[in-house]
Amino acid sequence: MANAHSPADSAKYYVPHGSIWPIFGSVSLFILMIGASLTLEGGEGVPGTAVLFAGFALIAVLFFGWFGKVISENEAGLYNMDVDRSFRMGMMWFIFSEVMFFAAFFGALFYARNLSVPWLSGAGAKQMTHSLLWSHFDGGWPSNGPSRLGPHEDGSFETVPALGLPLVNTLLLLTSGVTITIAHHALRAGNRAILKIFLAATFLLGFLFVYLQATEYREAYTELGLQLKTGIYGSTFFMLTGFHGLHVTIGAIMLTVIWFRVLRGQQTAQNHFAFEAVAWYWHFVDVVWLGLFVFVYWL
Amino acid sequence: MAHVHTHDADHHDEKPAGIGRWLFATNHKDIGTMYLVFALIMFFIGGAMAMVIRAELWSPGLQYVDPAFFNSMTTTHALVMIFGAVMPAFVGLANWMIPLQIGAPDMALPRMNNYSFWIMPFAFTLLLSSFFTASGGPAGGWTMYPPLSLQAGNSFPTMIFAIHLMGASSIMGAINVIVTIMNMRAPGLTLLRLPLFCWTWLITAYLLIAVMPVLAGAVTMLLTDHYFGTSFFNPAGGGDPVMYQHIFWFFGHPEVYILILPAFGIVSEIIPTFSRKPLFGYDAMVYATASIAFLSFLVWAHHMFTTGMPLASELFFMLSTMLIAIPTGVKVFNWCATMWKGSLSFEPPMLFSLSFLFLFTIGGFSGLMLAIAPADFQYQDTYFVVAHFHYVLVSGAVFAIMAAVYYWLPKWTGHMYNMGLAKLHFWLSAIFVNVLFFPQHFLGLAGMPRRIPDYNVQFTDWNRVSSLGGFVFGLSQLLFVVLILQCVRGGAKATAKVWSDAEPVGLEWSVASPAPYHSFETPPLITDANTHHEHV
Ligand SMILES: [Cu+2]
Repeated sequence: MANAHSPADSAKYYVPHGSIWPIFGSVSLFILMIGASLTLEGGEGVPGTAVLFAGFALIAVLFFGWFGKVISENEAGLYNMDVDRSFRMGMMWFIFSEVMFFAAFFGALFYARNLSVPWLSGAGAKQMTHSLLWSHFDGGWPSNGPSRLGPHEDGSFETVPALGLPLVNTLLLLTSGVTITIAHHALRAGNRAILKIFLAATFLLGFLFVYLQATEYREAYTELGLQLKTGIYGSTFFMLTGFHGLHVTIGAIMLTVIWFRVLRGQQTAQNHFAFEAVAWYWHFVDVVWLGLFVFVYWL
Repeated sequence: MAHVHTHDADHHDEKPAGIGRWLFATNHKDIGTMYLVFALIMFFIGGAMAMVIRAELWSPGLQYVDPAFFNSMTTTHALVMIFGAVMPAFVGLANWMIPLQIGAPDMALPRMNNYSFWIMPFAFTLLLSSFFTASGGPAGGWTMYPPLSLQAGNSFPTMIFAIHLMGASSIMGAINVIVTIMNMRAPGLTLLRLPLFCWTWLITAYLLIAVMPVLAGAVTMLLTDHYFGTSFFNPAGGGDPVMYQHIFWFFGHPEVYILILPAFGIVSEIIPTFSRKPLFGYDAMVYATASIAFLSFLVWAHHMFTTGMPLASELFFMLSTMLIAIPTGVKVFNWCATMWKGSLSFEPPMLFSLSFLFLFTIGGFSGLMLAIAPADFQYQDTYFVVAHFHYVLVSGAVFAIMAAVYYWLPKWTGHMYNMGLAKLHFWLSAIFVNVLFFPQHFLGLAGMPRRIPDYNVQFTDWNRVSSLGGFVFGLSQLLFVVLILQCVRGGAKATAKVWSDAEPVGLEWSVASPAPYHSFETPPLITDANTHHEHV
């Protein structure tokens, strides 16, 4: 039976017959979005957040149900190599879409640093805005704009020094990229003990990263005067690092799930799409962080 | 393990019964049908909004609706037509035709296919529900430019979240198309033997995955600027409202090719069939499509010539935009060359394809006029722009969708449709689409601004002509529905080839009409004989 689960033993491309999960997922997303809308605009006495959290709960059920079904089909040997390749390609293009999502926010960062803040300071074609509205403004980077938006009365704020926690976090993520590669090699070599240890090390490093980032956020909010509302610097800082942190959290949760599957004897040397998909995702999160470390914290 | 396999292998043409067939669908044909029906419903909802707009513009002054409602009509008309009608119609066609054209058993990821469809009705319920909020529907234009869009009332989050859902649906649909075409082709079906509809959809899918996340990012920034105090588009905090336009149009220009490339593919299937000649310059068509897609990432700021960009940017975006005319011209010439000395016949799909060719080209030329930066200072935000993009989207994209429906409907239903009624629908559409939109060129050049419910009296005559054209065009679309319903219920039996005397080429014509519930369970072998073109 050891090889019965390898992807090669099914001749036909498996086409599932009906599934409740997609429609369940659509309804869950709908409830989630209604909850979010009501939270923002529902007004007094509307239980927006309750609907919102119901939506999140349903999404969690969705992932367990849908992926659980896929896992059981895979374990039953229904998927051949072609199905496996479809999953792989699908995951790659999903990661590409994520890259483009981050590209929008990096674009906003570069635009603000290189165009809008210099323009507001009187550079280039936009002099009139400067001389008529904010002639005193001489913005360098970091900037919270000519009106010095932010929590402090005088508009002052400090940035997070790159060589403190961000550097530690960089080392954590780079190390986790190494540990997951070791785990991958161990998986392919059939060395389950090494696999378990290094996979666990990877998600523990991930969760440690998230914890340190939370510490950094708390210091930024309470001591540095750096908040989401601290002008364009705060906006780009928190949106970029926040979405990244969200992705690290999701990635670490996925790694944890894979780890439990490995403990159950799933993810064999021949058949481990889930492991590889999460590994790709983890490397993607890693690369985004390097961009953040260089362009948000360091330069 | 053999007992596990038999479950699926034994259900050959057995359709699941009842509502579950649609709610839990994994069959590409069922999902394709749902997409197409959904698109048709949205086409009429968006069309009804257009009728309100044209009725209000029948006379100068305010007659039927208040200005805020008028603005929400123009805003949601665009969102409904783009994201609810044209894009889902193309995805529906892709679902139906791609597995049939490449000899695959189904789409590669059938459950995700269902997910991408069923998100859509909920997304539009969310969007349209905003009309019942205290502030009315979103009214800041479909482009949602800040700061205007940030002044929206409590319809704002539903609009933003609806767009997030549409984006998620589009991305999943696009991933499915790419994976299906790259992974599920029958043996022998090399990429340069692929039918052009598959090729153009493949490239469209790349565009979708590249730009829908950018739109999601842009509207997320709007949301956080509105509710969470960020300053992306607020100069006081160092941001810039024009930055929104850059991000939006980085999505928006590839989006217009998302709306037209599958149409190119459809027309490239139909014109050779009814010219009884292989497509002229197949390889050139593929490379032209790829070039258009590539260039579409380098032209976005031609929507922003009047925002006070640096001169160098104006020049760059003007020239890069004009460059797109070259690959597009290659396509138009290739379609003409395909017909040259062909043995032409004028069945409804061919009629719609030919009018696509003429009218899309008119829209292309007005696009070239708009690309000229100094001239655009005159055209910007006038009805000339409205005329331009309705020529490429209505007589372009929508006509191509209708051509596709007329081409493949017998394959779907197994029945021929009423040719006389189809031709009546064609002539009414083709004539009145021009009555509707051609005068808008004149109005725009004379300076009538878009998105305004009132206008100066000298614009009255052409507005009346345009409204009249709009009402007849809108009503004549009911014939389309009647024809489809008739064809679903019965009619002369369609053969496998459907257009037997035109000898259409392609795998979809090798299966019976209606196409069996499950497509190719064992892949056919592909040679030059059953592909669309001859290699020379
Ligand atoms: Cu454009």
